[in-house]
Amino acid sequence: MTERATNQNRSKRRADPKRDRLVSLRPMAPIVPPVNVSGRALMVVIAIMSFLCALTLGAVTMVQEKAEAWQSDVSREITIQIKPDDGLEMETALSEARTIALSFPGTLSADIVDRAATSRLLEPWLGEGFDMDELPVPRLVIVTIDETAPPDFAAIRQKLAEAVPAAVLDDHRAWANRLISMARITVLIGVGILTLMFATTMLTVIFATRGVMAGNRHIVEVLHFVGAETSFIGAEFQKRFLLIGLKGAAAGGSVAALGFLLLAAWQSNSMATALNDQVTALFGRFTLSGAGYFGIVGIVILISAMTAVTTRLTVIRTIREIDRQRADPSLAEIG
Amino acid sequence: MIHFENVGLRYGMGPEVLRDLTFDIPKGSFQFLTGPSGAGKTTLMRLLFMSLKPTRGLIRMFGRDIAVIPGEELPLLRRRIGIVFQDFRLLDHMTTYENVALPLRVRGKDEASYRSDVIELLKWVGLGERINVLPPVLSGGEKQRVAIARALIDQPEVLLADEPTGNVDPPMARRLLNLFTELNRLGTAVVIATHDLTLMDRVDARRMILTGGRLDIHD
Repeated sequence: MTERATNQNRSKRRADPKRDRLVSLRPMAPIVPPVNVSGRALMVVIAIMSFLCALTLGAVTMVQEKAEAWQSDVSREITIQIKPDDGLEMETALSEARTIALSFPGTLSADIVDRAATSRLLEPWLGEGFDMDELPVPRLVIVTIDETAPPDFAAIRQKLAEAVPAAVLDDHRAWANRLISMARITVLIGVGILTLMFATTMLTVIFATRGVMAGNRHIVEVLHFVGAETSFIGAEFQKRFLLIGLKGAAAGGSVAALGFLLLAAWQSNSMATALNDQVTALFGRFTLSGAGYFGIVGIVILISAMTAVTTRLTVIRTIREIDRQRADPSLAEIG
Repeated sequence: MIHFENVGLRYGMGPEVLRDLTFDIPKGSFQFLTGPSGAGKTTLMRLLFMSLKPTRGLIRMFGRDIAVIPGEELPLLRRRIGIVFQDFRLLDHMTTYENVALPLRVRGKDEASYRSDVIELLKWVGLGERINVLPPVLSGGEKQRVAIARALIDQPEVLLADEPTGNVDPPMARRLLNLFTELNRLGTAVVIATHDLTLMDRVDARRMILTGGRLDIHD
């Protein structure tokens, strides 16, 4: 095309700054409109789903950590039980059993459960103020062992049998196995619930985003027809929806994290109250570890990214539809 | 610049709505496309804008066969065409100024480089006082002029306008026609789809008359 006279005129006018100063313009509006009603609804959906997801993740993390703690507590200790017998000097037998236990490599400490502590252990069944001498109450030595290099239990048993025949070594293996099985099942169920929750969240976010994007189809069309490339349109929508996703997911995740913090603070500050005891007995402690909070941040990032990616894919799909209508006129409106 | 050869188009399994169209749109030419309602004017405009593919025949745009142009190259080719849609297709969240500047913005141009041009063009189409107004507040005629300004802003090689004077009073229609003829004098090929015989009588230009899907050309 030939060079146009208007170009020269326009250049002259552009050089005159007074002309532009006469017209005041607002800052350029974004290509994709700011959040409207459907955008806000999407943000709320994302916030709710992020909250539920973060809550589930927190709960599963707590159960897993609790299960690991049980398992660790049980496998860290063994017990020597000495049954009363005629002619047995209990305190001497306890002391001897303790010395035998400590003589093996792999034992870290051995503590005799004294009479007062034994009474407290039996209180729930026998009540307060019973006389221990009137009953054949067995006594315990609790031995802490090195989990990584445990002592030879068979050798301890043999030595105890020789020196203190009334002593029985309990390495808690039966309990440990049961607890390990229970913990694994609990964690598996938790991971299953978390997977379902994630899948539901992702599907909800994808469909909600696509729903909102359907209302923006006319913008995609106009941009496409004024010569915008697919990557440009995709990037513009992605920016807007990433922000919506981030705001919603951060709000949901923050509320869940704050909830865990508040519950943990309440439990710490109201220890030994009836309500706290009941809640702790039912649900355990609500303390979430660093990994739990890190997981919540991960959920926020994942959901925001999912929203942004869905938006870009929806834009690409919309443009493909427009081009498909171009190739197959039967799909287009009759004009 | 644009070449149609034995072009036909049908929607689905229906009859052909456009039949055996053979014509050229030369550089710097001016033509009216007319015909009764439902004759296929808008369909032909969409073929010219590459938003439809013909079911048969050959269309060459700027020397390229549109049947083999990859989808990602279409936006770049469309940048050489300005289009005024019958339904304007303005973005409601953008002001008049922002709507007109949109084609330049999507090309990645800096606002400072086109600000004066956009304001000047808006004044030229009589919207100098409506620069900061959003489309829902504009009248039909004003929207039409915004759509025309948007089509013209990047000085296209071809301007396609579908009923560009349909919503304006006769003085404004004359003014818009003058705008098109001035643009044409500067080298842009213009295709105006219209019913308005008075408008066509004002310019001595080629008339393309669509009747029953067939095209008669009166030079």
